[in-house]
Amino acid sequence: MVQPTIEETRLSTEQAIQTYRTDARISDVDALVVKDFSVHYETDAGTVKACENVSFTLKQGERFALVGESGSGKTTLAMGLMRLTRPPGHIANGSVMLNGRDVTDLSDEEMRKTRLSELALVPQGAMNSLNPVMRIERQIIDGIIDHLDDDAPTPSKDELNETVRDLLIRVGLRPGVARLYPHELSGGMKQRVAMAIGISLRPNLIIADEPTSALDVVVQRQIMQTLGRLQEGLDASIMLVGHDMGLVAQFADTIGVMYAGKLVEVGPVEEVFSDPKHPYTKLLIRSLPSLQEKREFLGIPGLPPRLIDLPNSCAFSDRCPSRFEKCGESIPQTINLGGRRETACHLYEGEGQS
Amino acid sequence: MTEQTQAVENSSSSNGTSISQIIMGVLGHFVVKRFLFFIFVVWLASTVIFIIPRLSGQDPVKEKLLLEAQRGGAMQTGLDEMAKSYQKRFGLDQPLWVQYTNFLKDLAKLNLGVSIAFFPRTVNDIVFESLMWTLGLMGTVTILAFILGTLAGAILGWPRRPGWLQYVFMPLLTLSAIPQYLLGMILIFIFAFKLGWFPLFGGYSPATVPELTLSFVVDVVKHAILPAFAIIFSSIGFWAIGMRGMMINTQGEDYMIQADAKGLKGSRIFIRYAVRNALLPQVTGLALVLGTIITGQVLVERVFSYPGVGDILFQAIRLSDFFVIRGIVIVIVLGIAGATFLLDVLYPLLDPRIRVRNS
Repeated sequence: MVQPTIEETRLSTEQAIQTYRTDARISDVDALVVKDFSVHYETDAGTVKACENVSFTLKQGERFALVGESGSGKTTLAMGLMRLTRPPGHIANGSVMLNGRDVTDLSDEEMRKTRLSELALVPQGAMNSLNPVMRIERQIIDGIIDHLDDDAPTPSKDELNETVRDLLIRVGLRPGVARLYPHELSGGMKQRVAMAIGISLRPNLIIADEPTSALDVVVQRQIMQTLGRLQEGLDASIMLVGHDMGLVAQFADTIGVMYAGKLVEVGPVEEVFSDPKHPYTKLLIRSLPSLQEKREFLGIPGLPPRLIDLPNSCAFSDRCPSRFEKCGESIPQTINLGGRRETACHLYEGEGQS
Repeated sequence: MTEQTQAVENSSSSNGTSISQIIMGVLGHFVVKRFLFFIFVVWLASTVIFIIPRLSGQDPVKEKLLLEAQRGGAMQTGLDEMAKSYQKRFGLDQPLWVQYTNFLKDLAKLNLGVSIAFFPRTVNDIVFESLMWTLGLMGTVTILAFILGTLAGAILGWPRRPGWLQYVFMPLLTLSAIPQYLLGMILIFIFAFKLGWFPLFGGYSPATVPELTLSFVVDVVKHAILPAFAIIFSSIGFWAIGMRGMMINTQGEDYMIQADAKGLKGSRIFIRYAVRNALLPQVTGLALVLGTIITGQVLVERVFSYPGVGDILFQAIRLSDFFVIRGIVIVIVLGIAGATFLLDVLYPLLDPRIRVRNS
C-alpha cells in the first residue's frame, strides 16, 4: 500500500479543491437514473418529506458526491435507493433505474438479490456495522452464499477462504484478519472490512455513506484512496454521501448539494466549486475555512426548515441573501444550465432550458 | 505490523519455558482464576454462616430441649446435663476455633453434619433427597420455560413476524403477572379439587414405594404437572419480555442495517444476527436463575407440598433445625457460586468481546 506523505495528508480544503481528479474514465452509459424520487416519513405530527422529488443521473465509472448538512436527507436518499427505508418511512414516488430495471418495481426477494450483487452499501464501518459475535471471514462469506443461484453448488471451504483472502488483500488488509472478530480491529481496519464486503460480488454501483466519519485525517485519506482504487478496478460508479467538502472535492467527479430534502444544485465538481449557482452552495463554499487568509468564520445564519408541512415556497428563502418576491410564492423547479449543471433556484429562471 | 509480530515471536521463543513459568501460566489462566474465586466465595459464605448463629448467644440444643420439655410438661431437672451431653455429641462444647476448623474440614469432605429434628438422619441425606425432587422438577421446568419464553420473545421482537402472532403470545405475558403460588392455588382448585384430574399434593402417591417402574414414573409425572405449569406459565413471560426488549434494541444496531444491505436471507439475519446478539443477556439471566433454583420455589413447593428443598427448608425453619438450615444455605451458596463459575467459563464462548487473552 502506498503511504501518503504527511504533506499530502495535510491538504487544506482550499488546496484540496485544486486537486481535482483529471483522469476519470466516465463512460456515456447510464448506471443509475433517479427520477422524482421521494421518501416520506408518516408521523403523528404529519408527513415528513425527508427526500422530495430528487432526480439525477450517474454514468458508469462516475463518482458522484452528495453533500448537505445533517438532516438534509442525504442518508434517507441513499437508504431509499437501496429500499432499506424502515417504517414509518416509505418511498412515496419516483423511479430508480439500475442496469435497465426499476428498483422500485422489484419484488422483495429480487431486491434482496440485487443488493450487494449490483448495488452495494459501504457503511460507516468504523462504528459498529459489523456483527460483534462473528468472525470477519464469516461476515464476508454470508453475503456470497446468500447470493448463490438456487441450483448452484455451494463453493468449498477452500474456495471461500481463497475469496476472502483475495478481498482482504485488495482492500489493504493482511489475510490473517479473516480469523479475527470486529472488536479486535481498529476503526480504519473495520472500514476496510466494510469495503471488502461491499465489493465481494463486484457491484456496479457502490453507495458509500460517510465512509470516513469517526476516523482521523490520515486514515481518512488512505480509506478514500483505497475506495477510489477499488471503484476504478471494478469500473463501478460510486455515490459518496458526506459533508466534508474538502474530501468530496478531491474524490468526486460530480457533486450534488442537498437542502431540506431537495437536490438544489448538481454539477461537475470543479465548476460547482469555482462558480456555484445556488445561494446555498455559494454560502456553503464561502464558509469553508482558509489557510491562505485570516478572516472571520462565516456560517450560514438561520436554521433549516422543519420538514413537516413545508410551505409552498423555496425552502431556503428564509436564509437566502438573494431573496426576492417570487421565492416566497412558489417552489423553484430544477433548471438545466447547460452541460451537466442544474440548480433549483428562481434566480436562474429564463437562463436555462427547463 | 509484521515486524512487530516477528519481534514478539522471537522474544518468546528465545526464553526457555521453566517450571515456574508453567505454574504462573496455569495460575494466570482465567479458568483457574475463576475457580479459585469460586472457592473463595464458598469459604467466605460458609464462614459467615458459621459465625452468625453464634453471635445470637443462643444454644440451639438447649433451646430445643427446653421447648420439648415445656411441650411435654416434663420436669426441667437434668436438662443441663442432657444439653451438655448433646452438645458434646454435636461438638458444641469445644473452643470456637476448633469448632470452626472441624466445620471447614467437614465441609471440604462435603459432610454437613447431623439433623437435630430428624435425628439421626444426616443433613447430606436429607438435602440430597430433596434436591433430587427439586432439580428434577425445577431444572427441567426452568430450562423449558427459558427455551419457550426466549423463542416467544424473539418472534415477538422481530418486525417481519406475521401480525396475528402477537395475539397468541400476549395472554402468556399477562399470565406472568400472576404470582406463582397464586397460580398454583388456582390450578389446584380447578384441576385437582374440582376436576380431579391431578393429585392434590406431594411428589408421589403416599401408597406407592419409590422404585423405577413405569407406574411410579407415571405417578411422579402426574404429580409434577401442576407445579410445572404454575412455574412455566409465570416465567415464560419473564423470559419473553426480556428477549423481546433485546430484539428491539438489536434492530437499531448498525450491523442489522448492514445485514439487510448485504442482501442476506431473512432467516439468516433473524438467527445469526438478531437472535444471536439478543441472546447474550438472556444467558446471563438463565445462569443466575439456575443457581437459585436449588433453593426451590419455597412457596410453590409449599402450596403443592412437593418434597423438594423449598419444602424441607420451610420445615427446618419451623422446627429450628439449625444444621439442616445451614446445610441448605451452603448448598444454595454452592449452587449460585457454581452457576456463576460456569457462566464465567462459558460466556466467552458466546461473546468473543469478553474472551480473555492469556498473553
